[in-house]
Amino acid sequence: MPERNPPGMLHATWLVARKDLAIEFRTRTAFFSALLFALLGLTIFYFAWDPTAVAAIDLAPGVLWVIFVFSGLLGLQRSFSVEQADRAIDALLAAPVDREAIYLGKALANFLFVAAVQAISLPALALFYNLPVSQAFLPIAGIAVLAAIGIVSVGTMFSSMAVNTRLAELLLPMLALPFFIPIVMAAAVSTSRLLAGRPVADVMPWLRILVAFDLVFVVACTLAFPYTLEE
Amino acid sequence: MTSPQQHRSPLGDQLAVAGSVDWLVTSGFLALAAVYIRAFAFTPPEAIQGPAQRILYVHASSAFVALYLAFALMALSSVLYLALRDEKLDRLAESAAEVGLAFTTVVLLTGPLWGKPIWGTWWTWDARLTSTLFLWFIIVGYLVLRGAVDERGMRARYSAVLGVLAGLLIPFIHLSVYLFRTMHPMPLLAKPSAPSMPGDMVVTFVSGFFALTLLFAGLLRARYRIATLRDLIADSEDQH
Repeated sequence: MPERNPPGMLHATWLVARKDLAIEFRTRTAFFSALLFALLGLTIFYFAWDPTAVAAIDLAPGVLWVIFVFSGLLGLQRSFSVEQADRAIDALLAAPVDREAIYLGKALANFLFVAAVQAISLPALALFYNLPVSQAFLPIAGIAVLAAIGIVSVGTMFSSMAVNTRLAELLLPMLALPFFIPIVMAAAVSTSRLLAGRPVADVMPWLRILVAFDLVFVVACTLAFPYTLEE
Repeated sequence: MTSPQQHRSPLGDQLAVAGSVDWLVTSGFLALAAVYIRAFAFTPPEAIQGPAQRILYVHASSAFVALYLAFALMALSSVLYLALRDEKLDRLAESAAEVGLAFTTVVLLTGPLWGKPIWGTWWTWDARLTSTLFLWFIIVGYLVLRGAVDERGMRARYSAVLGVLAGLLIPFIHLSVYLFRTMHPMPLLAKPSAPSMPGDMVVTFVSGFFALTLLFAGLLRARYRIATLRDLIADSEDQH
Protein backbone atom coordinates (compact mmCIF):
# COMPACT_ATOMS: atom_id res chain seq x y z
CA MET A 1 0.00 0.00 0.00
CA PRO A 2 1.39 3.43 -0.85
CA GLU A 3 2.45 5.54 2.13
CA ARG A 4 0.04 8.42 2.70
CA ASN A 5 0.26 11.34 5.05
CA PRO A 6 -2.47 11.61 7.68
CA PRO A 7 -5.05 14.26 6.74
CA GLY A 8 -4.76 17.76 8.12
CA MET A 9 -7.18 19.17 10.69
CA LEU A 10 -9.68 20.68 8.27
CA HIS A 11 -9.56 17.75 5.89
CA ALA A 12 -10.01 15.29 8.77
CA THR A 13 -12.96 17.32 10.05
CA TRP A 14 -14.58 17.07 6.66
CA LEU A 15 -13.88 13.34 6.39
CA VAL A 16 -15.55 12.65 9.74
CA ALA A 17 -18.52 14.86 8.84
CA ARG A 18 -18.85 13.19 5.44
CA LYS A 19 -18.78 9.75 7.05
CA ASP A 20 -21.61 10.69 9.43
CA LEU A 21 -23.65 12.31 6.69
CA ALA A 22 -23.16 9.26 4.43
CA ILE A 23 -24.44 6.96 7.20
CA GLU A 24 -27.43 9.24 7.71
CA PHE A 25 -28.08 9.68 4.01
CA ARG A 26 -28.28 5.91 3.42
CA THR A 27 -31.16 5.40 5.82
CA ARG A 28 -32.44 8.95 6.42
CA THR A 29 -34.25 7.56 9.49
CA ALA A 30 -33.02 10.18 11.94
CA PHE A 31 -33.65 13.03 9.54
CA PHE A 32 -37.20 12.00 8.78
CA SER A 33 -38.03 11.31 12.41
CA ALA A 34 -36.63 14.70 13.48
CA LEU A 35 -38.49 16.46 10.66
CA LEU A 36 -41.74 14.67 11.37
CA PHE A 37 -41.28 15.42 15.07
CA ALA A 38 -40.88 19.13 14.23
CA LEU A 39 -43.98 19.20 12.00
CA LEU A 40 -46.06 17.28 14.56
CA GLY A 41 -44.82 19.67 17.24
CA LEU A 42 -45.94 22.68 15.22
CA THR A 43 -49.40 21.14 14.87
CA ILE A 44 -49.81 20.09 18.49
CA PHE A 45 -48.65 23.45 19.85
CA TYR A 46 -51.22 25.23 17.70
CA PHE A 47 -54.00 23.35 19.47
CA ALA A 48 -52.47 23.72 22.93
CA TRP A 49 -53.61 27.36 22.99
CA ASP A 50 -56.96 28.98 22.47
CA PRO A 51 -56.50 30.65 19.04
CA THR A 52 -59.11 33.28 19.93
CA ALA A 53 -57.13 34.32 23.01
CA VAL A 54 -53.54 34.16 21.69
CA ALA A 55 -52.74 35.26 18.16
CA ALA A 56 -50.76 32.74 16.10
CA ILE A 57 -48.05 35.34 15.42
CA ASP A 58 -47.49 35.74 19.18
CA LEU A 59 -47.27 32.00 19.59
CA ALA A 60 -44.98 31.32 16.63
CA PRO A 61 -41.54 32.36 18.01
CA GLY A 62 -41.85 30.29 21.18
CA VAL A 63 -43.17 27.27 19.30
CA LEU A 64 -40.44 27.55 16.69
CA TRP A 65 -37.61 27.54 19.22
CA VAL A 66 -38.99 24.82 21.43
CA ILE A 67 -39.41 22.65 18.32
CA PHE A 68 -35.92 23.43 17.02
CA VAL A 69 -34.30 22.56 20.32
CA PHE A 70 -36.13 19.28 20.81
CA SER A 71 -35.82 18.09 17.22
CA GLY A 72 -32.14 19.04 17.42
CA LEU A 73 -31.78 16.76 20.46
CA LEU A 74 -33.14 13.86 18.38
CA GLY A 75 -30.35 14.29 15.84
CA LEU A 76 -27.69 14.84 18.48
CA GLN A 77 -28.60 11.63 20.26
CA ARG A 78 -27.74 9.65 17.16
CA SER A 79 -24.41 11.33 16.66
CA PHE A 80 -22.52 9.04 19.01
CA SER A 81 -24.96 6.16 19.36
CA VAL A 82 -24.15 5.15 15.75
CA GLU A 83 -20.57 4.72 16.92
CA GLN A 84 -21.63 2.23 19.60
CA ALA A 85 -22.56 -0.45 17.06
CA ASP A 86 -19.61 -2.84 16.56
CA ARG A 87 -17.54 -0.41 18.68
CA ALA A 88 -17.05 1.76 15.61
CA ILE A 89 -15.77 4.51 17.90
CA ASP A 90 -12.59 2.45 18.51
CA ALA A 91 -11.81 2.49 14.79
CA LEU A 92 -12.46 6.21 14.67
CA LEU A 93 -10.12 6.79 17.61
CA ALA A 94 -7.46 4.58 16.03
CA ALA A 95 -7.57 6.64 12.83
CA PRO A 96 -4.64 9.03 12.39
CA VAL A 97 -6.73 12.17 12.98
CA ASP A 98 -6.72 14.67 15.80
CA ARG A 99 -9.37 14.14 18.46
CA GLU A 100 -10.38 17.77 17.96
CA ALA A 101 -11.11 16.94 14.30
CA ILE A 102 -13.42 14.10 15.39
CA TYR A 103 -15.39 16.56 17.51
CA LEU A 104 -15.49 19.23 14.80
CA GLY A 105 -16.49 16.70 12.13
CA LYS A 106 -19.29 15.31 14.28
CA ALA A 107 -20.42 18.85 15.10
CA LEU A 108 -20.36 19.84 11.43
CA ALA A 109 -22.50 16.84 10.46
CA ASN A 110 -24.92 17.65 13.31
CA PHE A 111 -25.05 21.28 12.23
CA LEU A 112 -26.01 20.32 8.67
CA PHE A 113 -28.61 17.94 10.10
CA VAL A 114 -30.18 20.59 12.34
CA ALA A 115 -30.00 23.24 9.61
CA ALA A 116 -31.78 20.93 7.16
CA VAL A 117 -34.60 20.31 9.65
CA GLN A 118 -34.83 24.07 10.25
CA ALA A 119 -34.85 24.84 6.52
CA ILE A 120 -38.05 22.83 6.14
CA SER A 121 -39.79 23.54 9.43
CA LEU A 122 -39.30 27.33 9.29
CA PRO A 123 -41.36 27.74 6.07
CA ALA A 124 -43.83 25.19 7.45
CA LEU A 125 -44.25 27.38 10.54
CA ALA A 126 -44.82 30.45 8.34
CA LEU A 127 -47.48 28.52 6.43
CA PHE A 128 -49.30 26.95 9.39
CA TYR A 129 -49.17 30.07 11.58
CA ASN A 130 -50.02 32.50 8.79
CA LEU A 131 -46.90 34.58 9.35
CA PRO A 132 -46.53 37.63 7.12
CA VAL A 133 -43.71 36.83 4.69
CA SER A 134 -41.66 39.96 5.13
CA GLN A 135 -38.06 41.12 5.12
CA ALA A 136 -37.86 39.72 8.65
CA PHE A 137 -37.24 36.24 7.29
CA LEU A 138 -33.64 36.76 6.28
CA PRO A 139 -32.53 37.94 9.74
CA ILE A 140 -34.58 35.14 11.33
CA ALA A 141 -32.76 32.61 9.14
CA GLY A 142 -29.49 34.19 10.29
CA ILE A 143 -30.56 33.79 13.93
CA ALA A 144 -31.43 30.17 13.21
CA VAL A 145 -27.89 29.57 11.93
CA LEU A 146 -26.31 31.23 14.98
CA ALA A 147 -28.58 29.30 17.34
CA ALA A 148 -27.91 26.01 15.52
CA ILE A 149 -24.15 26.49 15.96
CA GLY A 150 -24.61 26.98 19.71
CA ILE A 151 -27.00 24.04 20.10
CA VAL A 152 -24.75 21.73 18.11
CA SER A 153 -21.47 22.75 19.77
CA VAL A 154 -22.70 21.92 23.27
CA GLY A 155 -25.01 19.09 22.16
CA THR A 156 -22.30 17.15 20.29
CA MET A 157 -20.08 17.31 23.35
CA PHE A 158 -22.78 16.03 25.72
CA SER A 159 -23.92 13.40 23.22
CA SER A 160 -20.44 11.87 23.30
CA MET A 161 -20.58 11.75 27.09
CA ALA A 162 -24.19 10.64 27.53
CA VAL A 163 -23.80 7.60 25.29
CA ASN A 164 -21.23 6.08 27.67
CA THR A 165 -23.32 6.48 30.81
CA ARG A 166 -25.90 4.18 32.34
CA LEU A 167 -28.71 6.60 31.47
CA ALA A 168 -27.55 6.86 27.81
CA GLU A 169 -29.90 9.04 25.75
CA LEU A 170 -31.99 9.97 28.80
CA LEU A 171 -29.08 12.01 30.12
CA LEU A 172 -28.59 14.22 27.06
CA PRO A 173 -31.60 16.54 27.62
CA MET A 174 -30.76 16.88 31.32
CA LEU A 175 -27.24 18.04 30.51
CA ALA A 176 -27.92 20.03 27.35
CA LEU A 177 -31.17 21.90 28.05
CA PRO A 178 -29.75 24.22 30.73
CA PHE A 179 -27.11 25.22 28.18
CA PHE A 180 -29.78 25.85 25.55
CA ILE A 181 -31.63 28.33 27.79
CA PRO A 182 -29.65 31.45 26.78
CA ILE A 183 -29.88 30.39 23.12
CA VAL A 184 -33.63 29.87 23.20
CA MET A 185 -34.14 33.11 25.11
CA ALA A 186 -32.07 35.15 22.67
CA ALA A 187 -33.52 33.49 19.58
CA ALA A 188 -37.16 33.59 20.67
CA VAL A 189 -37.09 37.22 21.83
CA SER A 190 -35.31 38.34 18.63
CA THR A 191 -37.70 36.34 16.44
CA SER A 192 -40.79 37.83 18.04
CA ARG A 193 -39.41 41.39 17.77
CA LEU A 194 -38.45 40.91 14.14
CA LEU A 195 -41.86 39.42 13.32
CA ALA A 196 -43.44 42.47 14.95
CA GLY A 197 -41.63 44.59 12.36
CA ARG A 198 -38.89 45.98 14.61
CA PRO A 199 -35.49 46.72 13.01
CA VAL A 200 -32.50 44.39 13.40
CA ALA A 201 -30.72 47.07 15.48
CA ASP A 202 -33.39 46.45 18.11
CA VAL A 203 -32.24 42.90 18.73
CA MET A 204 -28.49 43.53 18.55
CA PRO A 205 -27.82 42.83 22.27
CA TRP A 206 -29.40 39.39 21.86
CA LEU A 207 -27.46 38.71 18.66
CA ARG A 208 -24.24 39.59 20.47
CA ILE A 209 -25.08 37.05 23.17
CA LEU A 210 -25.66 34.40 20.48
CA VAL A 211 -22.38 35.15 18.69
CA ALA A 212 -20.44 35.19 21.97
CA PHE A 213 -22.06 31.91 23.04
CA ASP A 214 -21.07 30.28 19.74
CA LEU A 215 -17.47 31.47 19.95
CA VAL A 216 -16.99 30.49 23.60
CA PHE A 217 -18.57 27.06 23.37
CA VAL A 218 -17.17 25.98 19.99
CA VAL A 219 -13.67 26.73 21.31
CA ALA A 220 -14.26 25.33 24.81
CA CYS A 221 -15.90 22.12 23.59
CA THR A 222 -13.23 21.53 20.93
CA LEU A 223 -10.55 21.84 23.60
CA ALA A 224 -12.46 19.78 26.19
CA PHE A 225 -13.54 16.95 23.88
CA PRO A 226 -10.25 14.98 23.99
CA TYR A 227 -10.60 14.74 27.78
CA THR A 228 -13.80 12.72 27.41
CA LEU A 229 -12.21 10.13 25.13
CA GLU A 230 -9.10 9.14 27.04
CA GLU A 231 -8.90 5.43 27.76
CA MET B 1 -4.50 7.20 42.69
CA THR B 2 -3.56 6.63 46.31
CA SER B 3 -0.77 4.14 46.67
CA PRO B 4 -1.67 0.97 48.56
CA GLN B 5 1.84 0.78 50.12
CA GLN B 6 1.65 3.10 53.11
CA HIS B 7 2.77 2.65 56.67
CA ARG B 8 -0.57 3.45 58.25
CA SER B 9 -3.84 2.36 56.75
CA PRO B 10 -5.59 5.43 55.28
CA LEU B 11 -8.90 3.56 55.46
CA GLY B 12 -8.46 3.02 59.19
CA ASP B 13 -7.66 6.72 59.67
CA GLN B 14 -10.73 7.78 57.75
CA LEU B 15 -12.97 5.38 59.65
CA ALA B 16 -11.67 6.76 62.95
CA VAL B 17 -12.49 10.30 61.76
CA ALA B 18 -15.94 9.22 60.63
CA GLY B 19 -16.75 7.91 64.10
CA SER B 20 -15.83 11.13 65.94
CA VAL B 21 -17.84 14.32 66.47
CA ASP B 22 -17.50 16.80 63.60
CA TRP B 23 -16.81 20.03 65.51
CA LEU B 24 -16.90 22.15 62.33
CA VAL B 25 -20.44 21.08 61.38
CA THR B 26 -21.53 21.38 65.01
CA SER B 27 -20.21 24.92 65.38
CA GLY B 28 -21.77 25.83 62.01
CA PHE B 29 -25.21 24.78 63.23
CA LEU B 30 -24.67 26.47 66.61
CA ALA B 31 -23.67 29.72 64.88
CA LEU B 32 -26.76 29.48 62.67
CA ALA B 33 -28.95 28.96 65.76
CA ALA B 34 -27.33 32.03 67.35
CA VAL B 35 -28.12 34.08 64.24
CA TYR B 36 -31.75 32.94 64.41
CA ILE B 37 -32.00 33.94 68.05
CA ARG B 38 -30.42 37.31 67.33
CA ALA B 39 -32.66 37.85 64.28
CA PHE B 40 -35.88 37.10 66.14
CA ALA B 41 -35.20 38.39 69.65
CA PHE B 42 -32.61 41.15 69.36
CA THR B 43 -32.99 42.70 65.89
CA PRO B 44 -35.85 45.16 65.34
CA PRO B 45 -38.35 44.25 62.62
CA GLU B 46 -38.22 46.20 59.38
CA ALA B 47 -40.74 49.09 59.27
CA ILE B 48 -42.56 48.18 56.05
CA GLN B 49 -41.90 44.50 55.47
CA GLY B 50 -42.39 43.46 59.11
CA PRO B 51 -41.28 39.99 60.21
CA ALA B 52 -40.95 38.72 56.62
CA GLN B 53 -37.74 40.71 56.24
CA ARG B 54 -36.00 38.43 58.77
CA ILE B 55 -35.75 35.70 56.15
CA LEU B 56 -33.10 37.86 54.47
CA TYR B 57 -30.55 36.79 57.08
CA VAL B 58 -30.74 33.20 55.83
CA HIS B 59 -31.77 33.78 52.24
CA ALA B 60 -29.12 36.23 51.06
CA SER B 61 -26.31 34.44 52.90
CA SER B 62 -27.30 31.06 51.46
CA ALA B 63 -27.36 32.60 47.99
CA PHE B 64 -23.86 33.97 48.57
CA VAL B 65 -22.59 30.57 49.74
CA ALA B 66 -24.29 28.68 46.89
CA LEU B 67 -23.13 30.91 44.06
CA TYR B 68 -19.82 32.40 45.15
CA LEU B 69 -18.47 29.56 47.26
CA ALA B 70 -20.03 26.25 46.25
CA PHE B 71 -20.49 26.79 42.54
CA ALA B 72 -17.20 28.66 42.09
CA LEU B 73 -15.40 25.89 43.97
CA MET B 74 -17.01 23.23 41.77
CA ALA B 75 -16.00 25.02 38.56
CA LEU B 76 -12.50 25.83 39.81
CA SER B 77 -11.72 22.33 41.05
CA SER B 78 -13.06 20.97 37.73
CA VAL B 79 -10.57 23.09 35.78
CA LEU B 80 -7.76 22.10 38.13
CA TYR B 81 -8.73 18.44 37.91
CA LEU B 82 -8.37 18.45 34.12
CA ALA B 83 -4.96 20.09 34.50
CA LEU B 84 -3.56 18.10 37.45
CA ARG B 85 -5.58 14.83 37.48
CA ASP B 86 -5.63 14.72 41.27
CA GLU B 87 -8.54 12.66 42.61
CA LYS B 88 -8.77 14.99 45.60
CA LEU B 89 -9.92 17.77 43.27
CA ASP B 90 -12.63 15.54 41.83
CA ARG B 91 -13.86 14.74 45.32
CA LEU B 92 -13.79 18.44 46.18
CA ALA B 93 -15.89 19.30 43.10
CA GLU B 94 -18.34 16.53 43.94
CA SER B 95 -18.69 17.69 47.55
CA ALA B 96 -19.03 21.37 46.59
CA ALA B 97 -21.76 20.50 44.08
CA GLU B 98 -23.76 18.44 46.52
CA VAL B 99 -23.52 20.86 49.45
CA GLY B 100 -24.13 23.71 46.99
CA LEU B 101 -27.32 22.02 45.84
CA ALA B 102 -28.56 22.03 49.44
CA PHE B 103 -27.83 25.76 49.79
CA THR B 104 -29.39 26.58 46.40
CA THR B 105 -32.49 24.66 47.47
CA VAL B 106 -32.63 26.72 50.67
CA VAL B 107 -32.47 29.90 48.55
CA LEU B 108 -35.26 28.68 46.28
CA LEU B 109 -37.47 27.72 49.25
CA THR B 110 -36.91 30.79 51.44
CA GLY B 111 -37.37 33.19 48.50
CA PRO B 112 -41.05 32.36 47.85
CA LEU B 113 -41.76 32.52 51.61
CA TRP B 114 -40.67 36.15 51.47
CA GLY B 115 -42.10 36.82 48.02
CA LYS B 116 -45.68 35.87 48.89
CA PRO B 117 -46.25 38.56 51.57
CA ILE B 118 -44.02 41.21 49.95
CA TRP B 119 -44.49 40.80 46.21
CA GLY B 120 -47.88 39.10 46.47
CA THR B 121 -46.68 36.08 44.53
CA TRP B 122 -44.72 32.93 45.39
CA TRP B 123 -42.75 32.96 42.18
CA THR B 124 -41.98 35.41 39.40
CA TRP B 125 -39.67 35.05 36.40
CA ASP B 126 -37.41 37.79 37.64
CA ALA B 127 -33.76 37.72 36.59
CA ARG B 128 -32.28 36.61 39.89
CA LEU B 129 -34.93 33.99 40.59
CA THR B 130 -34.55 32.64 37.08
CA SER B 131 -30.77 32.39 37.23
CA THR B 132 -30.90 30.71 40.64
CA LEU B 133 -33.36 28.16 39.28
CA PHE B 134 -31.12 27.49 36.26
CA LEU B 135 -28.14 27.13 38.55
CA TRP B 136 -30.11 24.54 40.49
CA PHE B 137 -30.86 22.63 37.26
CA ILE B 138 -27.19 22.69 36.27
CA ILE B 139 -26.06 21.32 39.63
CA VAL B 140 -28.72 18.61 39.53
CA GLY B 141 -27.59 17.67 36.00
CA TYR B 142 -23.99 17.52 37.23
CA LEU B 143 -24.93 15.18 40.07
CA VAL B 144 -27.10 13.00 37.81
CA LEU B 145 -24.15 12.66 35.42
CA ARG B 146 -21.91 11.60 38.30
CA GLY B 147 -24.45 9.02 39.36
CA ALA B 148 -24.71 7.63 35.83
CA VAL B 149 -21.01 6.77 35.37
CA ASP B 150 -19.60 3.82 37.27
CA GLU B 151 -15.94 3.93 36.30
CA ARG B 152 -14.15 6.34 38.61
CA GLY B 153 -11.67 7.89 36.18
CA MET B 154 -14.31 8.43 33.53
CA ARG B 155 -16.72 9.89 36.08
CA ALA B 156 -14.07 12.36 37.19
CA ARG B 157 -13.21 13.43 33.62
CA TYR B 158 -16.81 13.72 32.46
CA SER B 159 -17.95 15.69 35.46
CA ALA B 160 -14.87 17.94 35.31
CA VAL B 161 -15.68 18.78 31.67
CA LEU B 162 -19.29 19.53 32.63
CA GLY B 163 -18.09 21.60 35.59
CA VAL B 164 -15.87 23.72 33.32
CA LEU B 165 -18.61 24.24 30.71
CA ALA B 166 -21.12 25.10 33.46
CA GLY B 167 -18.71 27.75 34.74
CA LEU B 168 -18.62 29.25 31.24
CA LEU B 169 -22.41 29.11 30.98
CA ILE B 170 -23.11 31.21 34.07
CA PRO B 171 -22.17 34.60 32.49
CA PHE B 172 -24.49 33.85 29.55
CA ILE B 173 -27.42 32.96 31.78
CA HIS B 174 -26.70 36.02 33.89
CA LEU B 175 -26.61 38.32 30.83
CA SER B 176 -29.68 36.93 29.14
CA VAL B 177 -31.91 36.95 32.20
CA TYR B 178 -30.87 40.54 32.90
CA LEU B 179 -31.95 41.57 29.42
CA PHE B 180 -35.37 40.50 30.63
CA ARG B 181 -36.39 42.85 33.45
CA THR B 182 -35.56 42.46 37.10
CA MET B 183 -37.51 43.39 40.24
CA HIS B 184 -35.41 41.63 42.85
CA PRO B 185 -34.07 43.91 45.61
CA MET B 186 -30.56 45.10 44.79
CA PRO B 187 -27.69 44.30 47.19
CA LEU B 188 -28.20 46.13 50.48
CA LEU B 189 -24.66 45.94 51.83
CA ALA B 190 -22.10 45.22 49.11
CA LYS B 191 -22.46 48.45 47.17
CA PRO B 192 -20.48 51.68 46.80
CA SER B 193 -22.80 53.86 48.93
CA ALA B 194 -23.54 53.39 52.65
CA PRO B 195 -25.47 50.24 53.70
CA SER B 196 -29.27 50.60 53.41
CA MET B 197 -29.77 49.04 56.81
CA PRO B 198 -29.50 50.26 60.41
CA GLY B 199 -26.55 48.98 62.44
CA ASP B 200 -28.48 46.29 64.37
CA MET B 201 -29.59 44.66 61.15
CA VAL B 202 -26.14 44.90 59.58
CA VAL B 203 -24.67 42.98 62.52
CA THR B 204 -27.30 40.22 62.21
CA PHE B 205 -26.87 40.17 58.45
CA VAL B 206 -23.09 39.88 58.58
CA SER B 207 -23.21 37.22 61.31
CA GLY B 208 -25.62 35.30 59.08
CA PHE B 209 -22.97 35.31 56.37
CA PHE B 210 -20.33 34.02 58.76
CA ALA B 211 -22.62 31.36 60.24
CA LEU B 212 -23.63 29.98 56.85
CA THR B 213 -20.08 30.11 55.51
CA LEU B 214 -18.95 28.16 58.58
CA LEU B 215 -21.75 25.66 58.08
CA PHE B 216 -20.81 25.33 54.41
CA ALA B 217 -17.18 24.66 55.33
CA GLY B 218 -18.28 22.02 57.84
CA LEU B 219 -20.66 20.24 55.49
CA LEU B 220 -18.15 20.43 52.65
CA ARG B 221 -15.49 18.77 54.78
CA ALA B 222 -17.92 16.12 56.00
CA ARG B 223 -19.06 15.35 52.44
CA TYR B 224 -15.46 15.28 51.24
CA ARG B 225 -14.62 12.73 53.92
CA ILE B 226 -17.49 10.54 52.78
CA ALA B 227 -16.15 10.67 49.21
CA THR B 228 -12.65 9.79 50.40
CA LEU B 229 -13.97 6.92 52.47
CA ARG B 230 -16.02 5.59 49.56
CA ASP B 231 -13.00 5.63 47.25
CA LEU B 232 -10.75 3.99 49.83
CA ILE B 233 -13.30 1.22 50.39
CA ALA B 234 -13.54 0.71 46.61
CA ASP B 235 -9.74 0.52 46.44
CA SER B 236 -9.52 -2.07 49.20
CA GLU B 237 -12.25 -4.14 47.54
CA ASP B 238 -10.27 -4.06 44.30
CA GLN B 239 -7.20 -5.39 46.11
CA HIS B 240 -9.03 -8.39 47.59
